Amino acid sequence: MSNRRETRDESRFDIDKRRVGVYAALLAMVAFYLAPLESGLMTAFKTQDAFFGSTPFAPPPPSGVTVAPWFEAWSRLQQGVFNSILLAVPATILSAIFGSLAAYGLTNVNWRGQVAVIVLFVAGIFVPYQSVLVPLTQFWTMVDLPGLLAAVPVLADRAQLIELILTHTAYGIPICTILFRSYYATIDAEMLEAARLDGATVGRIYWKIILPLSVPIFAVTLIYQFTQIWNDLLFALVILSDPSNQVVTLSLNQLKGSMVQQYNLQMAGAFVAALPTLVVYVLFGEQFAEGVAGES
Amino acid sequence: MRGFILRLLGRTGDSGGAGADARTDGDARTDGGTTTQETAVGQSRLTSVLDSEFVRSLPFWLPAALFMGLFVYGAIGWNFVISLTDWSGLQPDPDYGTLGFEMYGQMLSDPTFITAARNTVVLLVAFTAVTLLLGLVLAILVDQQIRFENTLRTIYLLPMSLSFVVTAIFWAWMYNPEIGVINVFLRTVGLGYFAQAWISDPQFKLAAVIFALMWQFSGYCMVVYLAGLRAIPTEQYEAAKTDGASSYRMYRRVIIPQLRASTTSAAVVLMVFALKAFDFLFVLFGPVPGPSADILSVMMFREAFRSTNWAYGSAIATVLFLMALGVIGPYLYLQYTRGDL
Repeated sequence: MSNRRETRDESRFDIDKRRVGVYAALLAMVAFYLAPLESGLMTAFKTQDAFFGSTPFAPPPPSGVTVAPWFEAWSRLQQGVFNSILLAVPATILSAIFGSLAAYGLTNVNWRGQVAVIVLFVAGIFVPYQSVLVPLTQFWTMVDLPGLLAAVPVLADRAQLIELILTHTAYGIPICTILFRSYYATIDAEMLEAARLDGATVGRIYWKIILPLSVPIFAVTLIYQFTQIWNDLLFALVILSDPSNQVVTLSLNQLKGSMVQQYNLQMAGAFVAALPTLVVYVLFGEQFAEGVAGES
Repeated sequence: MRGFILRLLGRTGDSGGAGADARTDGDARTDGGTTTQETAVGQSRLTSVLDSEFVRSLPFWLPAALFMGLFVYGAIGWNFVISLTDWSGLQPDPDYGTLGFEMYGQMLSDPTFITAARNTVVLLVAFTAVTLLLGLVLAILVDQQIRFENTLRTIYLLPMSLSFVVTAIFWAWMYNPEIGVINVFLRTVGLGYFAQAWISDPQFKLAAVIFALMWQFSGYCMVVYLAGLRAIPTEQYEAAKTDGASSYRMYRRVIIPQLRASTTSAAVVLMVFALKAFDFLFVLFGPVPGPSADILSVMMFREAFRSTNWAYGSAIATVLFLMALGVIGPYLYLQYTRGDL
C-alpha cells in the first residue's frame, strides 16, 4: 500500500518536472522571438556612445538615454508613412471586395468548371513576383498613367502610387478570394436554396445574406492584406521612382543605407515603420493568425 | 413539384462537389421535363444556359478573374516572350522580331547563375527543414495545456507581422560582430570562441540568413501544426497513454504521422517563399550579396533593374516561375484529387 503511494508521488514529481521543462522551453522561445525587438527597442533609446559601450539588450545607462533618434527617424519617414497609408488602405479594401465577390461567384453559385478557375486563383497566390516584374514595369510605362491623369493634377502627382495600388490589388485577389471561399463554403446551402426558391436573385442573395455574414472574414482578410501591402518592398522598388510617392519600406531601406553606423536611428526607424502593423497585430492577433493559416 | 425536386436536389448538393454538379444537371432536366414537346427542348436549353447559375455568377467572379488573370498570367506569358528577345540597355521596347533561347544558353554558361541557383536550392531545403522542425516543436509545446497560451502564441507569431525591411534591420544589428546580441550573448556564456562576423563572412552568410528567416516563419508553421494537432481526437492521446507509450514514442508513432497534411501545406508555402525571398536579402546585402548568399530572386532584380539586362532578367524570372510551378503543381494536383479545391 505504502509502496504504491510512493510510486504515485514519484510519478507526480515526474510530471511536475516535465511541466517545469515545458515552461522553461516556452520561456526560452519567448526570449528568442523577442530578443531582436527588445534589443532594438533598447538601442533606439541610447545615445551613440551608449550603444557602443553597453550590452545590446540592457536598458540604457541614465547618462545615455535619448529620444532624439525617434524624432530624427520620424522626420525622415513621415512622408513614407503617409504614402504607405495612401497605398495600403485603398489597395486592401479593393482586393477584399474583389475577393469577396469572386469567392461568392465561385462557391455559393454552382456551375460546372469552377475548379479550373479556382486552380488559377490558388496558383496565383504562389506566383513569385519576380516572374512578372519586367512586363509589369513595361505595362505601366505603356499605359502612361500620369499622362492619362494629366487633367487632374492631384491624381497625376500620385500616378505611381495609383499604379502600385492597382498592382497590389491584382496580386491580392487570389489570396483574398481563397480566404473568402473557405469561409463561404461553410455557409448553409439550404438557407441559400430557400432564398432562391423565394425568388431572390443571385445578386440579392449576396447583398442580403452573404455580405452581412461576411463581417468576420472581412476582418481577417483586411488585416492580413493590410499587413502584406504595408510590408512589401519589391513592387514599390520597381514601380515607384518618384521620391514624393515613396512608401515607408523604401524610406526605411534608404535610412539604413545612409546611416550605416547609427544603429539607434535605424532601430527607431524600424519601429516607426512597423508601428501600424504592430498595433494591428496586437489588437487583432487572432484574425491575423487566421489569415496566415489560410494561405496554405 | 419543381420546388420539391429542387429542394431534394439541393439537399444532396450539400455533400460536396459531385452533388453540386448533379444539381445543375437536375436543374436542366426538370426544365426539359416540364415541357413534353420535342421542339421546346432546344429552346428551353438556350434559355436555361442564359438563365443558368453560370451566367448569373459571371458578374461576381469574372472582373476579379480578368483583372488578376491579366496581371498574373498575362504578365507571366509576356515575361516569357521578353526572355526570348535580346532586350537590354536603353532600348525602350523589346524587339519581338527575333525570338530565340539565347538567354537560356547564356544562363547555363554563367557561373553567377549557377552559384545563385545552388544557393537558392540550399536556402529552399535548409530553410524549409529547420522552420518546419521548430514550428512543430513549438506547436507541441503550446499544445501541452499550458497557461497563457494565447499570449505565447501571439509572441511566437509576432515576427510574421513585420516587414522584411524591419526584420533585416533588426538582424543586421543582432549579427553585428562587435556589439551585436548574438556575439555578446556567446561571449557572456563563455562561448566567445564561436563568435563570428556572421553576415560578412562568406562561410556563414547564407546560414545567418536562414536562421533569421526561420525566426520569422516558425510562428507560421506553429499555427499550421497547432491546427493539425487540435484536429486529432483526444482519445488517441489517451489510448497511447494507456498503452504505456512514452510521450516521445506517442508523438513519434501516433501523432506526427497524422500531421502529414499540415507538413505538406506549410512546406509548400515555405518553399515558394524561399524561391521569391527578396526583400530580406536586398535590405541586408543590397543588390550584390556576393557569391555565398546570392539567390536567383536577387540576381533577377539585379540583372533587370540594375544592369538593365531586361531579357536576361526575364529568363531568370521564368526559371523561378518554373521552380515555383514544380512545387505548387503537385500540391494542387494532390488537393484536387482529395477534393479539397
